[in-house]
Amino acid sequence: MKKPITVTVNGVAHHDEVEPRLLLVHYIRDVLGLTGTHIGCETSICGACTVILDGQSAKSCTMFAVQADGASVTTIEGMAASGDLHPVQEGFWEQHGLQCGYCTPGMIMAAAQMLERNPDPTDAEIRHGLEGNLCRCTGYQHIVEAVQYASRKMRDQAATGD
Amino acid sequence: MAKYVGQRVKRTEDPRLIQGLGHYVDDIKLPDTLHVAFLRSMYAHAKIKSIDTSEASHAPGVVAVYTGKDVAARVGPVPCAAALPDLKVPDYRVLATNHVVFVGQPIAVVVATDRYAARDAIDLIMIDYEELPAVIDVEQAAKGGPLVYEEYGDNIAYKLTAGEGDIEAALKSSDRVVSQRIVHQRLAPIAMEGRGVLARYYPGEQELTIWSSTQIPHLLRTQLAIMIGMPENKLRVITPEVGGGFGSKLNVYAEEALLGWISMQLGKPVKWIESRRENIQATIHGRGQVGYIEMGCNNDGTITGLRYNVFADLGAYHQLLTPAIPTLTGLMLSGSYKIPAIQMNVTGVFTNKMATDAYRGAGRPEATYVVERAVDLVAAELGMDTVDVRRKNFPAPSEFPFKTATGLFYDSGDYEAALNKALAMADYKSLREEQKKAREQGRLIGIGLSTYVEICALGPSQAMPAGGWESATVRIEPTGGVTILTGASPHGQGQETSFAQIAADELGVDLNAVTVIHGDTSIVQYGIGTFGSRATAVGGTAVFIAIEKLKEKATNIAAHMMKTDASNVVFKEGRFTKQAAKAASAGAGAKPEPEPDVPVGEAPAGAMPEPEADGKGVTIQDVALAAHIARDIPPGSEPGLSATYFFEPTNFTFPFGTHIAVVEVDRETGDIKFMRYVAVDDCGKVINPMLVDGQVQGGIVQALGQAMYEEIVYDDQGQLVTGTLMDYAIPKAAMVPWMDLDRTETPSPVNPMGVKGVGEAGTIGATPAIVGAIVDALSPFGVRHLDMPIKPETLWRIISKAN
Repeated sequence: MKKPITVTVNGVAHHDEVEPRLLLVHYIRDVLGLTGTHIGCETSICGACTVILDGQSAKSCTMFAVQADGASVTTIEGMAASGDLHPVQEGFWEQHGLQCGYCTPGMIMAAAQMLERNPDPTDAEIRHGLEGNLCRCTGYQHIVEAVQYASRKMRDQAATGD
Repeated sequence: MAKYVGQRVKRTEDPRLIQGLGHYVDDIKLPDTLHVAFLRSMYAHAKIKSIDTSEASHAPGVVAVYTGKDVAARVGPVPCAAALPDLKVPDYRVLATNHVVFVGQPIAVVVATDRYAARDAIDLIMIDYEELPAVIDVEQAAKGGPLVYEEYGDNIAYKLTAGEGDIEAALKSSDRVVSQRIVHQRLAPIAMEGRGVLARYYPGEQELTIWSSTQIPHLLRTQLAIMIGMPENKLRVITPEVGGGFGSKLNVYAEEALLGWISMQLGKPVKWIESRRENIQATIHGRGQVGYIEMGCNNDGTITGLRYNVFADLGAYHQLLTPAIPTLTGLMLSGSYKIPAIQMNVTGVFTNKMATDAYRGAGRPEATYVVERAVDLVAAELGMDTVDVRRKNFPAPSEFPFKTATGLFYDSGDYEAALNKALAMADYKSLREEQKKAREQGRLIGIGLSTYVEICALGPSQAMPAGGWESATVRIEPTGGVTILTGASPHGQGQETSFAQIAADELGVDLNAVTVIHGDTSIVQYGIGTFGSRATAVGGTAVFIAIEKLKEKATNIAAHMMKTDASNVVFKEGRFTKQAAKAASAGAGAKPEPEPDVPVGEAPAGAMPEPEADGKGVTIQDVALAAHIARDIPPGSEPGLSATYFFEPTNFTFPFGTHIAVVEVDRETGDIKFMRYVAVDDCGKVINPMLVDGQVQGGIVQALGQAMYEEIVYDDQGQLVTGTLMDYAIPKAAMVPWMDLDRTETPSPVNPMGVKGVGEAGTIGATPAIVGAIVDALSPFGVRHLDMPIKPETLWRIISKAN
């Protein structure tokens, strides 16, 4: 039995009928065609599927689409919607925070949400904050520097009211 | 000073990746795509008595079900390219028919209209197994134990002895011999994107396109053509974005051939995306050696010989390079030392497990670990500082090319320079003093070193199973853009950027004018692929030389355009001009020689660049346009402006360096904390230092994973215990120390740019440093060696026992 759901993704409301067992990540990727959100482990460990759901980072591979009914979701595709890169995206580019890029969308979503909670994190806080996201390429050091870059930039923007 | 080469140029790959706009295999959506799921063996060793697919065939959404019987005669076996004397090569079919030999081995496939339906139907296939005893432990398998293949009579796939010098005499005449059993545990590569295949057959054109997450598009095409039995030039392999490889995608897998074949049967696109569980079960594992070291030394610290008797856990079947990996260990057993006698005796052993194969480093981390652990043991035995033992046995820079007793010639090196730099960065003397004081207070601080050398830029074709060269085509389009087609297949290393840096500097164009294309066998000339730290040293060199060829051609055309001889033309910063000296010979301050009249009216006005119109020569873009219009190029010359080069290296390259790890072990818990990590790596000339740092850091953390966390565990029955990322622990951000990196730069004489390669350095160099540090921390308890992964529990037990 398909269930009707309404999910607002990157500011656009979508009305669909989905199987109750359809994973949110498959809804995002296969129904909506937003393939920037990746699947890396299916067990909530790797965080490649991280999206922001009603302001909280969430692992879309271990959540059903029907559970997101009525929710507002931001995916990586929604991060530069204005045409400018989000400071976290910019940080990843500037600081070489990615290699193969597969974990990157989830990393960026998790980092962006972490900076909302803690705009000026220490090295240790960044590492702790990203424990739900695995990267096999970078060794994390450049990711930490990418988040620090974003943190500086966002605080500068906040200070200048930009 | 080059504008781009040597600079921290931001990656051109990144804008698409940071916005989620790249396309990995599963991101490619074709209409009417069917989805494939695999039924895999739940037993490590069993006979299949019967398979009943009737219920699955009639399940909702199911289009087809195939078993081994359907494909046995139609799809060839999974290939092994390693050729060793008397190697036993089991017939590895893409689907098992009556005998399964590891958990995860594919038995049947379901094709359905969506991935959920395909997965559901897998559970409806009934298999009647007769379970057989499994052999899991490699040493037990070597001795006898249950047999993986009864027809072989034992589990020995091959035996090999390598090395030079009289090892018996060397060990006998040494003042001391240290010995140690060591384990290189099995690891899973864990690329964050698992494998994935999309296949589409075009019945009209009789062409098959396979998108696969692979490191070797062309080699895969060749092998799939053989397996499926179709002309290679009707088969196209495309590697879209690849989410990491680390060697796991340097292979030819059953699923890749099967998907192609199924698409041909059904005339529709078919897709399979590996789950993480499948990835840990049925994508190659790495390492898996249990060995016995004997190293001879004299009382002054001189190393006299090294013997390594090793059992290599091959698993149940050979994948592409499985049996060859331990031979790389044998090649690198001299490490960065002068060792007059070296012998490796390897026994390749079948076990009821997934095949091992090339995982980042591929046999060389094992060698480095053997040598570096042995050197630490020598230091402990003689009561010497580990630094002094290392220093004593280094070849001097003047001794290069340095011949080892494993038959290699190391290209260039200055091991002491890297060591000294790392010691200075870490302030080694103070560290030892700090350690001494800490010990007096009962704190357990350990300092570990690795002075590694690795073998990269694989490699001369003589030493490779399927060609060791690499190809490049460089062309300049009529509108001036530079296109590079590389046979390398980058998947995170950043060669779209670094190759563009090379081209932009050599051609004097803007970086943004260069596009690097890779990973499509219908667009790119045959190539070997990306593995073995070869892409820049071999593939980048091919690009470099192709550009030289292209410039030669362009120079001739430019000379023609400027009505002069090619020998009078100089090329600088994207512009060809007449040589100043020649112009000066006509008299100081004289105008350039008057141009002879030529029938320029024949060239289309406006379309042709006006040669020398401004007296500043012609740009390479002008030349490109002229070369394509081809109405006014040197008589008899080839139109267009492109050059292709296949570069065959004359030798491997041998990057090296020193890594220093400093740890403190908690007396109460055994917890290991990093106090410092210093790495000085020498990968020859550097194209992009930011990318090099990224490679080194990522490699170190994979080494750290092996040293402290990662281990593939099978139980006695061969069930995979570490089958998800909940059980198989790859390092997280908070487990990783800050890494202080620096470099020395010793150019390689093997290629014109002097580059060596860096993709595996961290993984090869770091493991012994980390293990050495932990062992050193526990040395007050008489500990001289610990097997990986070193867990707090192990340390806690040692400390508790002593207390």
